[in-house]
This record gives sequence, structure tokens and C-alpha cells, in this order.
Amino acid sequence: MAKLSIQEVWKSFGTHDVLKGISLDIEAGQMVCLIGASGSGKSTLLRCLNLLEPVDDGAILLDGADITDPELDPQPIRQRIGMVFQSFNLFPHMTALENVLLAPRRIHRKSREALLPGVKALFTRFGLADRMGHYPDQLSGGQQQRVAIIRALAMQPEVMLFDEVTSALDPALVGEVLDVLRALKAEGMTMVIATHEMAFARDAADKVCFLYEGRILEEGPPAEIFSAPRDERTRAFLARVL
Amino acid sequence: MTGEMTEPGGPERAARPPSRRALREARMRRRAMAIATLSTAVVVALIVILVPMAPGWERVQRSFFNGEVFAKTFPGLLQAFLTDIMIFAWCAPMIAVLGLLIALARDARSPALFPLRLFGTIYNDAFRGVPVILVIYLVGFGIPGLGLPRPWNSPYIWGTVAVVLTYSAYVAEVYRTGIESIHESQRAAATSLGLSHWDVMRYVVLPQAIRRVIPANMNLLIALQKDVALLSFIGPVEVLRQAGVYKSLLANFTPYLGAALIFLAVTVPATRWVDRLIARQNAARS
Repeated sequence: MAKLSIQEVWKSFGTHDVLKGISLDIEAGQMVCLIGASGSGKSTLLRCLNLLEPVDDGAILLDGADITDPELDPQPIRQRIGMVFQSFNLFPHMTALENVLLAPRRIHRKSREALLPGVKALFTRFGLADRMGHYPDQLSGGQQQRVAIIRALAMQPEVMLFDEVTSALDPALVGEVLDVLRALKAEGMTMVIATHEMAFARDAADKVCFLYEGRILEEGPPAEIFSAPRDERTRAFLARVL
Repeated sequence: MTGEMTEPGGPERAARPPSRRALREARMRRRAMAIATLSTAVVVALIVILVPMAPGWERVQRSFFNGEVFAKTFPGLLQAFLTDIMIFAWCAPMIAVLGLLIALARDARSPALFPLRLFGTIYNDAFRGVPVILVIYLVGFGIPGLGLPRPWNSPYIWGTVAVVLTYSAYVAEVYRTGIESIHESQRAAATSLGLSHWDVMRYVVLPQAIRRVIPANMNLLIALQKDVALLSFIGPVEVLRQAGVYKSLLANFTPYLGAALIFLAVTVPATRWVDRLIARQNAARS
């Protein structure tokens, strides 16, 4: 059974259909990269997976259970699916450490002392042990994005969603964030990543999906998609970005 | 950030003679100063010369600028002003809390809480649409008119209620602007972590929103400080009422001038301070 199974998902904003029947299976421990032009529906799909947007039609199964049922309480589901955003979205009035501690303290009702060793270990692992007391505006973009990743990881999610997490970064800082994604993959984290970093998708992803106007036109192992795209529109997109 | 910053490379710069631009700007500043001084002097001179030439000046001087009456009544006015300060001091925290509650009621999103939201909206429309003095009259005379027993018919209580009700509506609007100014992405990030609507509000949105609207709320506090004097219309002997008493007693308007000076002594520094607060916040945000 797939960890996450997206089945015929439709989503529209007003009269504009953004997702037109997306189906996709993500196995446990897989890294799936979503590629495609801006406006092709990558971000909306991720927001639907995290229940930030309700889907209009179709179903999303997490471990076989439909999470799109509107009768369900979305909070416990969101806790199992972490999300990281393009513009970091750290809370500017809190230090890096407070940003990370907020959700586990409120939701798991654990004390700061109980959480601190685990959280410190995360900061250390991602090279930010000396930045825990800093406020977001005292950190570089790459550091902020790594704190945002730590913040999501601190909830011990089963799946992580990354929405163009390197698009707002200086080219020089992109590498440090992509390294974090590789480390998570090595650890067996299930990940869905919307990205414009084609080189990264090519050598790190288990599966690449090409989205075009709200549909998955093509999906498969990166070697196949990048070297032998079948669809004309995939070829045209790759020719533009590679 | 503090207001003044040392210029980059200051020390090395100081060793060199002033640049042509610096000299030119210094010259312009001196010229501007001279013009401002001259024009101010002319205006003041005109007032000093022309106003006493008005036919009623003698009379006005006697009844509004009477030094003797001023000296005699000012200590009593200061004493009465303590009442203003007291009323202000207990009104302000109540307004801060009630205003926040109403702002939150107006932000309620779940359908079950719709009545709360409706109440918040009607409340705000009603109290912002009616002059403060009317609310003070209606509440201050109307409710004790129910024949309440001794401590509960005090104009202090009902005057306070009237002022708190009115100002909470304004403060609620300010809070709401602050809440709406927090970018949607902050809520999205907090929600995606699994936090509840209330936790998102309490830990992520409100701390940022309240900080952002501090200057706006300070301006309302300054206005409140003056409007406390309106309570005099329903009884409490605060500074405005006291000035009125002196006026009747001495058949002279100078006590009103004294009262005005007391208000100015408080509101002018407070206003300047808020202006600086706003300037600093703008500087920090850019």
C-alpha cells in the first residue's frame, strides 16, 4: 500500500481549474519531485496534501485512510504531514528555538526541558547549534529555511512536503538546503518536493512528475523523464529549463 | 534600531576637510534658519501689536488672562486633575481588554460562532456611530435612573462604563487592522504544523499584530485622556467641572485656561512620544 495515494483530485479557485484529476502514489521512503512551469498546480497540490486547501473532488489516502473527509479534524492529520514553504514563513517575533518548540509544546503538551535535547540535536545536525537564540531577521535565507525544516521535523511527521524551498534563496545558499533534503532521504523520510532545481531532481529523486496545466503529463524515474521524455510538452519544458 | 547611526567610515571622514556638498548644505541650513526666525518674529509681533488694539481686548484680558485668578485657582485645578488621571488609569486597561475581545469576536470564523461575530459588528457600528457625550448621558443618567441602591448609582461607575464601551469599539478596530495586516502565510505556516485556530491566533498572529498597532492605540489613549473630562457632565468633579465651579465663584474664565494648560502639559509630550514611536517603527520595517 502506498504511503500517500492521491486519487483523481480536482481543485478550482472560482472558475479556474487548478488541478484537473491528479492521481499519484507515493511509497514510504520515496522522494517524489514535482516539476513544471509556475501555475501548473504544484503548490496547490502540496497545499491540498496538507489540508491547507480543501479538495473539490477525489481523495487523498494516508496509509489507506481518506484524509479529505470534511468531517475529520484536520489538526492531527497536519501533524503527520510537515510542510516547508518557499518564503520560510518563520515567526519573526520568536527566536529560532522558540519557532521550533511552539508546536510540540502546544500539541504534544511536552515541557521545554523534555523537548530540548531532541530539538538541540536537530539544530546540531543541520549545522545551526549556535543559531538557536537568533531571531529570523538575524539569519541568512539558507539558515532560515533550515530552521523552517527543523520546525516541521520537530513534530516528527511521517511525510514532508517542500514547496519550492530554494526559490527565494541566493544561488550560493541553495546547496545547503538541498543537502538537508538529501540527508532526509538517506534517513528514509517520505517526501514530496515541488522544485525548479532540475539537477537536484535528476540525481536525488526516486520519481519525477511533470505537471502541465493541472494534470500530470508524465511520471517516472528521473533518468527516463530527463533523457527520454515522451510528451512533446515535457520536451519543450525541459528544453527551456535545462 | 535607534535613531542616529554613525556614518560608515566616520573617523577617516572626519580627518578630511568638509566636502563641498557639506559646506553647501550648511550654508543652506543657516539660510533656512534665518528665514524661519524672521517670519516667526514678524507673526508674533503682529499678534502682540494688533490683538490689544481690538476694542474688547481690555475685557478679554481681565476675564481670560487674569494672573491673580490663575494663581488662586491653579492648585485646586491640579488637585481636581488627579480625578481625571484616576478615571483614565482604570479605564485604559479595561478598554485594552474589551477592545481585544471584540476584535477577536469579529475575527471568529466558524459558523457556530456567527452570533459572536454579528454582535461584534453591531457593537462597533453602534458605538463608533454615536458621539461619546451621548453615550455618557444615556448610560450615566439612564442606568442610575433605574433606582439602583447607593454605591451602584455612582456616576463614576456609569461614566466609566460609557467611556469604556465607546473607546473599546475604536480600539477593537485598531486591533483588527493589526490582525488583518499579518500575512496569510504566517497563519498557513502555523496551521500546517497542526496548531489549532486559537493557538495560531494567540501565539503567532496576536503578538505580531498588537505590537504593530501600539502607536495607533497610543493615539487613542491620548484622545481618551481628554475625553475623560466629558464625565464632568454627569457629576464627577474633575478638572473641567472644577474650572466651571471657579468660574461661577469668581465670575472669571481664567480657570478654563488653567485647565487647558494642564491638558496640554500631558497631551503634547505624549503626542511627541508617540510620533517618535511611529518613526522608529517605520524605520525598523524598511
